[in-house]
Amino acid sequence: MRSDPVGVLTGRHYLDGNHACCEGALAAGCRFAAGYPITPSTEIVERMAKRFPGVGGLFIQMEDEIAASICLQGAVWAGKKALTVTSGPGLSLMMEHVGYAAITETPCVFVDVQRGGPSTGLPTLPGQADMMQARWGSHGDYEIIALSPSSPQECFDLTIDAFNLSETYRVPVMFMMDECVGHMTERVDIPPADEIQIVPRRYTAKPPDQYQPYAPGENMVPDMVKAGDDYRFHVTGLTHDERGYPAIDAPTQDRMVRRLVDKVRKQADRIVRIEEDQVDGADVVVVAYGITYRVALRAIAMARQKGVRVGSLRLLVCWPFPEQRIRELSGRVRAIVVPEMNLGQMYYEVERCAAGRSRTVLVPHAGGTVHDPGVILEAIMEAAR
Amino acid sequence: MSVSEIKIGGFGGQGVILTGLVIGQGAALYDDRYSTMTQAFGPEARGSSCSSQVIISDEKILYPYVSHPDVLVVMSQDAYNRFAPSMKHDAGSLLIYESDMVRLGELHGNARSVGIPATRLAEELGRSMVLNIVMVGFFTAVTKLVSPDAARRAVKDLVPRGTETLNLSAFDKGCQHGLEAA
Repeated sequence: MRSDPVGVLTGRHYLDGNHACCEGALAAGCRFAAGYPITPSTEIVERMAKRFPGVGGLFIQMEDEIAASICLQGAVWAGKKALTVTSGPGLSLMMEHVGYAAITETPCVFVDVQRGGPSTGLPTLPGQADMMQARWGSHGDYEIIALSPSSPQECFDLTIDAFNLSETYRVPVMFMMDECVGHMTERVDIPPADEIQIVPRRYTAKPPDQYQPYAPGENMVPDMVKAGDDYRFHVTGLTHDERGYPAIDAPTQDRMVRRLVDKVRKQADRIVRIEEDQVDGADVVVVAYGITYRVALRAIAMARQKGVRVGSLRLLVCWPFPEQRIRELSGRVRAIVVPEMNLGQMYYEVERCAAGRSRTVLVPHAGGTVHDPGVILEAIMEAAR
Repeated sequence: MSVSEIKIGGFGGQGVILTGLVIGQGAALYDDRYSTMTQAFGPEARGSSCSSQVIISDEKILYPYVSHPDVLVVMSQDAYNRFAPSMKHDAGSLLIYESDMVRLGELHGNARSVGIPATRLAEELGRSMVLNIVMVGFFTAVTKLVSPDAARRAVKDLVPRGTETLNLSAFDKGCQHGLEAA
């Protein structure tokens, strides 16, 4: 399905990542946002407050992040595409409702413009330390999808992908920006609406008497209905059977939780998205994402000048993690270097998948500013030895 | 391949970030080059020392930060003191300064320096606020990193509605001074 031209600001723009994210949401067909403004994500909701009413959408500033993160799910069940926007402290508050979106299979997007943490941390300065929280932050077993943009253009493009993935798999999608990308301004090309592919919500074709709200359909994902459309309608955070009714027993739990997990894990090869450069024949591969990928590129260029065979592997989709690819690479390269603006998060996934077949080197940074490329270079040189 | 790194410094309220935005947008949208603008963000950008950085390049910009600017624009003494030591100090680099606000020392090494009393010129136009646009005009003429037409269009895009005429005359005034200085 093509995007609705009403929401698409076709043309060349000079935008920061935060503004571009808002435009991406509109292009994706998002017409509802609930949020509680927080630095460094505020420009996204400021723009939403301005832009949404003009295109038949609505932005509501809620009383807090807990309310915002459940408000958007109400809008989804009423038929809208919806998102919320926050940063670390807000994401912590939203975690209960990430789980709710996971168990109710509510397609929605959580944007997290990461800043230094924990707690209030560094409101105006960058971090990438919410990556594991995005994956595991709510209790129980479930899967989410997470994306990480490295430029304002990608804040636009990948926000559209985030919505499309959320509709395809009916999961909350975590859009993991960082303060640097959010506040960096570059040219953003917004294509005509008819060149933007969007995934429409998959509503059931069955009549009300045959419809089962949680009977797995295509790709293990059930078809939806909209509240008020004459279907029996029941959405619950309790473990539920295919009819959507609470069923507090082990067999139902097993069936439901396995499907919530398997619809992402077993289809991960369709969701994983990486970008590689000069990985073939490399002695060292640098794995990075978000702003740190761009910082690492400078270190990689310097290392190549010194004659080191170094490749890069960028995570555009961080969750699900590209396990298969890291396993393959780990048998072939001497070392995998992982710079990230935290003290080790995605690194542990790399280490797990490498399983000792190649050295894994973390280049940690507690946040507040980006890595000094020289420090990443040093790690590459050391790893190549 | 040509890459230019620009840093603009002043105090919050002088329009330091808008200056970077105009230069970056002019280059990216109207000169068809690549540009990345990054900025100081936080309480320091709202009153005290403030800076923005622009990279202009003919190729896609990978690393987005400026470490040793080729061109440093300073609109306050504090900005000169803070940023001049880290600019490139060779004869190919350039320091542009607000000549009523900044007393030059030796912090900029061998970099060429050109000054303009941007605030005073802005006041002559009736609004001291447009000093940053005077500075953009001057920058455009002196550095030629952005074409005057592109920068002018970016000024028109970015200034508040209703102030276009004033800002464009500020731009032209700065530009004219720049042509004389260059």
